[in-house]
Amino acid sequence: MQRIVILGGGVGGTLTANLLARKLGKRIDRGEVDITLVDALGAHVYQPGFMYIAMGGEREQRLSRPERSLLDAPVNLVVDTAIRIDEGARTIVLAGGAALPYDYLVLATGCRIVPESIEHFDTEAEHFYTAAAALHLRHALDAFTGGRIVVGIAAMPYKCPPAPLEVAFLIESELRERGLREKSEVHFCSPIGRAFTIESVSEMATPIFAEKGIELHTFFNVDAIDPERKVVLSLEGEELPYDLLVLVPPHKGQQLVIDSGLAPAPGGWLPTDRHTLRVGGRPNVFALGDATDLPLSKAGSTAHFEAPVVVEGIVAAVEGRQPAGKHATYEGRVMCFFEVGDGKGTLLRFDYEHPPTPPEPNAIWHLGKIVFNKTYFHTVPRGRV
Amino acid sequence: MTAVLETPPTVTTTVDARGSFCPGPLMELIRAIRESQVGDVIAVLSSDKGSKLDIPKWIEKAGHRLVSLTTLDGYDEIVVQKAR
Repeated sequence: MQRIVILGGGVGGTLTANLLARKLGKRIDRGEVDITLVDALGAHVYQPGFMYIAMGGEREQRLSRPERSLLDAPVNLVVDTAIRIDEGARTIVLAGGAALPYDYLVLATGCRIVPESIEHFDTEAEHFYTAAAALHLRHALDAFTGGRIVVGIAAMPYKCPPAPLEVAFLIESELRERGLREKSEVHFCSPIGRAFTIESVSEMATPIFAEKGIELHTFFNVDAIDPERKVVLSLEGEELPYDLLVLVPPHKGQQLVIDSGLAPAPGGWLPTDRHTLRVGGRPNVFALGDATDLPLSKAGSTAHFEAPVVVEGIVAAVEGRQPAGKHATYEGRVMCFFEVGDGKGTLLRFDYEHPPTPPEPNAIWHLGKIVFNKTYFHTVPRGRV
Repeated sequence: MTAVLETPPTVTTTVDARGSFCPGPLMELIRAIRESQVGDVIAVLSSDKGSKLDIPKWIEKAGHRLVSLTTLDGYDEIVVQKAR
């Protein structure tokens, strides 16, 4: 019996489990292979929808499905929290006390936000990286009657790189629609020397900031928040006053992978081979999605395109052959939509060797994103696209 | 008149960001700067071609001192002194 354990029921974990179940169906039927997915919540949450709770009338209830309902029948689901990966014994220790043995391990553990690492973040800054926080931001925007809005990125890397730019653009559009634009300033802070990590996207986005009258502040790494003076201070020595502060919180990898010696502290990002997706040279441990240290967007799309490569790596090992075919290696493929406000969007498609060349923003790509969001639970996790 | 030869300051911390891609090396330097004392000297090793452009710009903006920038075998070594 070869046991495959997948930690995490997000995009990467769920899709990997379902594709493995299909590729290894006969071996599962014969009792040669067993696939188990461990998820702490037992629920699959569509995180990209959080931004639309703040900006587009989305509701939290529509963004979650029972994980069991998305998994193919042969996949076992364990709803429990993994507290330790014992590599010597090749077991996962669960909070409930059980130990789950594995021959192949897939780390789809995602990442976590750590707003508490910046003093006063919790009381002063809004964000949209949980459903509750996004709803809080919605209420703050509803109460906003004019003033200075600062949108920024507290630290890199973070999930969904376009999201803070999208939020700045959407907030600016909303202010115009509500007749508040003349009474408001919108500022955007980027930790690096341009608006976006990828140069071609930065070149596309920078003129949009100018057109919308959003002031762009580069090399602004958040150092502190002063709640008395209502200013956010940068490591570079600048300070920006705010009436409404919207900050992407700092992110880290999961404590589990740090404590188990698979990822270095303090970041906790898994050292992942950019083509095989194996972790730290281990032949039987794979990572995908937000958990890795790969120089790519932390986005569901990345996990979506990585999953078939992880699956091919494991299936090939189970069958005693080398990975083959179009999913033998991962080439850094990512595809995601990018909202620019006013009902328009564009599309970012890229890989390790080919930076994105985003088309002129239009209504089609905005609608594409909406349709993708609405149909997500029927498509991506089930391996239908 | 006596010539004063300035000796390069001793490196306090080396950040090996080789293999990391933009903005990884800059973010690693920023983390090291946050954890350092004024006067400390940090050497960043980066194989990303953008680093030798981006990092000096950041050092200037942040008010630190660029000690040296050297292209070595397949990577750049950028040495910075925390000035404030």
